Amino acid sequence: MTALLNRRQLLAAGAAVLAGGTLARAHNGTVHVTIDKLAFQPAEIEVKAGETIEWTNRDPFAHTATVKGGWEVSIPPGKSATHVVTADDSVDYYCRFHPNMTGRIKVVA
Amino acid sequence: MKTLICALSAACLALAAPLAIAADKPTDPQIAHIAYSAGVIDVEAAKLALSKTKNPDVTAFARSMQKDHEAVNDMALALVKKLGVTPEDNPTSQALAKASEEKRAELGKLDGAAFDKAYIDNEVAYHREVNGALETLLIPSAQNPELKSLLETGLKLFQGHEQHAEHVAAGLK
Repeated sequence: MTALLNRRQLLAAGAAVLAGGTLARAHNGTVHVTIDKLAFQPAEIEVKAGETIEWTNRDPFAHTATVKGGWEVSIPPGKSATHVVTADDSVDYYCRFHPNMTGRIKVVA
Repeated sequence: MKTLICALSAACLALAAPLAIAADKPTDPQIAHIAYSAGVIDVEAAKLALSKTKNPDVTAFARSMQKDHEAVNDMALALVKKLGVTPEDNPTSQALAKASEEKRAELGKLDGAAFDKAYIDNEVAYHREVNGALETLLIPSAQNPELKSLLETGLKLFQGHEQHAEHVAAGLK
């Protein structure tokens, strides 16, 4: 029974960590997005103008964060890349090489 | 697997004999061989494209195919080594290789815009069929969970390639 409780506590703690992660709040002005197995995580983020988005690519494949008709950030395999948010950056973005990878940025006041 | 092979080549009818065997549920060593072979075929197609095309979008696409398929095949090699699995040649892999040789010979005779269009159209069709085979046969048949997981990552990667190829194809028209 003790073992079961411990396991439950662990699960609860794990769930709390996951829930916290999805909020993707900026720490020291940087919002982190991880790329793993062809997915932006979290896929949707809220940022303020002037903050930095940092994508970390854990795949062995080259990716991009591309806004159609707008900016593009190259994110080489195993590397990180950044973009400084401007007021008009409420956009959908995708990976040029794998357009099934999509993300959304919402700029909040 | 039948659709995969048929889409690769007009030699579909000639390949009818191996298809009967290939329709059986493949084993993990056979799945590993099929998936790896499918990757090698696309790397070879990319190398041919890079030696022929002058179109920047086609060049970028082919470079991406070469790098991505080499990277995922490196992952596959590392996995089979870790699992102690020896990839096993089989009629499906052989049919794939034969069909791709014929397609490469066909593409090799073309140049300029005609080559670009034929290469990209084939990339759309090839990825579509490989993805169909992954979804309906290879992933459901895979027994080892790590192999299944790698095939699932491969499917997402190749679905991305299919969309990328469609974007490039739209730009060529």
